[in-house]
Amino acid sequence: MNATLQLVRLALRRDRLLLPAWILTFVVMAAGSAAATVPLFPTESSRILAANGMNAMPSLVALYGKIYDPTSVGALAIIKMGGLGAALVAVFAIVVMVRHTRADEQAGRLELVGATPVGRHAPLAAAVLVALGANVVLAVLTASGLIAAGLPVEGSIVFGLAWASVGLAFSGIAAVVSQLTRSARAAVGLSSMVLGVVYVLRAIADAAQPEWLTWLSPIGWGQQFRPYAGNRWWVLLITVGFAAAAAALAHALAVRRDLGAGLLADREGPATAAPSLRSPLALAWRLQRGPLLAWAASFLLLGLVFGNISSTVGEFFDAQGARELITALGGTSRLTDAFLSFELSMTGVIASVYGVQAAMRLRGEENELLLAAPVGRARYALSHLTIAVLGCALLMALMGLGAGIAHGAQIGDPGQTWRLLGAALVQLPAAWVLVGITTVVFGAAPRVLAGVWAVLLAFVLLGELGPLLKLDPWVMDLSPFAHTPKLPGAAMEVAPPVVLTGIALMAVLAGVTAFRRRDLG
Amino acid sequence: MATAISVSGLVKSFGRTRALDGLDLDVARGEVHGFLGPNGAGKTTTLRILLGLLRAQAGTVGVLGGDPWRDAAELHRRIAYVPGDVTLWPNLTGGEIIDLLGRLRGRADAGRRAALVERFELDPTKKARAYSTGNRQKVALIAALASDAELLLLDEPTLGMDPLMESTFRDCLAEERRAGRTVLLSSHILAEVEAVCDRVTIIRAGRTVETGTLSDLRHLTRTSVKAELVIPIDLAGLPGVHDLRAEGTTVSLQIDAAHLDDLLKQFAAAGVRSLSSHPPTLEELFLRHYGERR
Repeated sequence: MNATLQLVRLALRRDRLLLPAWILTFVVMAAGSAAATVPLFPTESSRILAANGMNAMPSLVALYGKIYDPTSVGALAIIKMGGLGAALVAVFAIVVMVRHTRADEQAGRLELVGATPVGRHAPLAAAVLVALGANVVLAVLTASGLIAAGLPVEGSIVFGLAWASVGLAFSGIAAVVSQLTRSARAAVGLSSMVLGVVYVLRAIADAAQPEWLTWLSPIGWGQQFRPYAGNRWWVLLITVGFAAAAAALAHALAVRRDLGAGLLADREGPATAAPSLRSPLALAWRLQRGPLLAWAASFLLLGLVFGNISSTVGEFFDAQGARELITALGGTSRLTDAFLSFELSMTGVIASVYGVQAAMRLRGEENELLLAAPVGRARYALSHLTIAVLGCALLMALMGLGAGIAHGAQIGDPGQTWRLLGAALVQLPAAWVLVGITTVVFGAAPRVLAGVWAVLLAFVLLGELGPLLKLDPWVMDLSPFAHTPKLPGAAMEVAPPVVLTGIALMAVLAGVTAFRRRDLG
Repeated sequence: MATAISVSGLVKSFGRTRALDGLDLDVARGEVHGFLGPNGAGKTTTLRILLGLLRAQAGTVGVLGGDPWRDAAELHRRIAYVPGDVTLWPNLTGGEIIDLLGRLRGRADAGRRAALVERFELDPTKKARAYSTGNRQKVALIAALASDAELLLLDEPTLGMDPLMESTFRDCLAEERRAGRTVLLSSHILAEVEAVCDRVTIIRAGRTVETGTLSDLRHLTRTSVKAELVIPIDLAGLPGVHDLRAEGTTVSLQIDAAHLDDLLKQFAAAGVRSLSSHPPTLEELFLRHYGERR
C-alpha cells in the first residue's frame, strides 16, 4: 500500500501541469457555456420552444442527446456538455490511464519500478487511484463552476457526477485495454474505438429505437443522470459498479501476464523489406498508414451519416420555429445548408486534430539511426509533413464525397456531390495552418511540442465561446477556423483560403528551416 | 597516413553542463581507434557531432575531409553509425529495418547482409518491439557492417550482447580492418578495446587525457611484478617502486618502466626462484586516469 502511494505521488509529479490544465479546461468549458446560455432563454416559453425544437431534430439528438425537461434552463445549457463534452472527458480518462499503465510499461519505466520491492498490483492500483482522484476533482470543480454560473445546485452536482462517471468508466475500459495491447498507441486507439462505438450506440438509442440501447453505453449512463431534469442519483450505482468491475478485471489480467507482454500476441513479419520501402517518405507512410486508413473510414462514414440526415433538418426546423438557434451556430441561408456547413466546419477541426498528430510524429520518429543515414533533414521533415497535409486533404475529401453522395441521393441531385466536396475542401487551409504551427514548434522548440494542443483548443474555444462572451472581433480572428467560408450556403470567398494556405506554407518552411539549424534530440 | 577524423578544441555545452571542453581526437584512415572514457565523459556527444546531429560550439571538426554539420547528408553516404541506445521502429521487423537503412545509403549488398544475419544469429522476422537490447543493437550493427561505408562510428556496440556475439563482433572488426575501413569504437569495456584497437584516445569530463598506441600508453605506466627470491632483500629504498608487499622471500610490487632495469639487477643479485610480470591492463590505465583525482 505504501508503495502504491509512492507511485501515485510519482504520477502526480509527472502530471503536475497536465492534469490541472486539462481539468480547468473542462470546468471553463462547462461553466462558460452555461453562463452564456442562461441569459439567452429568460422565459419558460422561450426554453420550451428551443428545447422542443432541438428534441424534434434527430440529427441534433443523435449528436448531443435529448433534453429531458424542456422547462429547465440547466438541461438546455448543458446539452452539448452532456454529449460531446462527456466524450472529451472520456478521451481525457483514456489518455491519463494509458499514460500511467501501458505507456510506462512500453517505455521500460515499469520494469525499473517492477524491480523494486513494489507489489505486482501496485502500478495499476496507482494509475486507478490517480484516475479516481482526477475525476472526483473534476466533478467537484465542474459542479462549483455550474453553480457559480447560476444553475441550480442539485442539478449541478449531478452533472459533475455524470461527467466523473463517464471519466471513471473509460478509465476502467482503458485499464483493461492497456493489459491487452502491447503498445500505448494501440491502447489509446482501441479504447477510442470503444468510445466511438458506445457514442453511436447512444446516438441510435436517442434518435431512433430501442431506447434501452443507451444503457449499454457509458456515455448514455452519463446522460441518464438527467441533470436539471429529474436528477437520477442512482445511476451512480451503475457507473461506479462498472468502473470497479473493469478495474478488477484489469487487475486480474495484470497479475497473470508477463511484464511487457500483451494478451494480443505479435505476429511474425517479413524477413526482408518490400521493394517500395526505400525512402523516408515510404517509411512515414508505412508508420502512418494504419491510423490514416482508420481515420479515413470514419470520415467517410460520418460524411454519409451527415448527408443522409441533413435533408430532414429543414422540415423540423420550420415546424418548430427554432430557426435562430441553428443559424446562430453557423450558416446564414437555408437550414439544410446551415446544418451541413456547421457539420463540415466541425469536421474541419477534427481533420486538423489528425493533421497535428500526424505532424507530431516528426518528433516521435526523430531517430538517430535514420538521421545518421544519408537523409537530409528537410527530406526527413517533409516525409511526415506530406502525410499530414495530404492526410487532411484525404479526410475532408471523403467527408465531402460521403455527405454529397448521401445528400444527393436523398434529394435526387447528383450535383450535390461536387458542391459538398468543394465545401469540405474549403475547410482544409485552416487545418493546414495547424500543421504549419506544429512544424514551427517542432523546428524551433521541440520540447514544448505538446503545447500545440493548447493552441488548437484555444482556437476552438475562441470559436465556440467567443461570440457568447462578446470578445473583440480581432481576438476571435486569431483562430484560422474563423476565416473559413461557411459553405455550403454562404458566398465563396477566395481570399481567406488562399491567405491561410500561404500562412501554412510559410510556417512549414520556417519550421523546416529551424529544424535544419538545431541539435537533434 | 591520411586522417579520417580530426577534431581539435571541441566544445559543446547543454545548458550549464559542459559536455565537451576542448576535446582533441585524431583518427587515421584504415585504423581501428578506441575511444575510451567512463559514462558521461562525452563519448556519445562527440560521435553525434561527428555525424552532424549536434552542432559544435567551438573548435574544428573534420570528417573524411568535410564539415559534418554543413555536409551531413553527403558525408553520411560514406559513414555508418551504430548508436549506443538503438531505437527502432516497433512495428517493423528487424529484416525490414536492415533493408531500409541499406537502401537509404544506396548500395545494399544482399549477400553480405545474409551472411551477417547468419553470423549474428538474428531472427529478422521479429517485430522490433519484441527484440531485446542486444538484438536491437545487432540490427543496427548488421546494417552498418553490411554497408560499404568508409568510416564506421560504433557507440558501445556490444553493450547487451552475450560473450559469444562479442567474439563474433571482434572477428568482424578484424575483417573490417583488413578491408581497409576506418573504425572509431567508443567503449568503456577495456578488454574489447585492448583486443581490437590499434590506437586509443582516452577522454574524461569532455577532455582528451591520453592518446596513442597501447604500447605508447603502457610506456607511461607501471609493470606489475611478482617474484620468489632465494634470499630476502629490502626493496623499499629503490626508486620507482610502488605497492610493495614482501613476505619472507616472496615479493609483489609495481615498478615504473624507467626503473625496471634496476629492479632486475637487484633480483639477479638475490637469486630468483620464480618470476611473473604483466603489463598494465587498460583497467589499470583507467584507474590511474580516473582514480587519482577523485
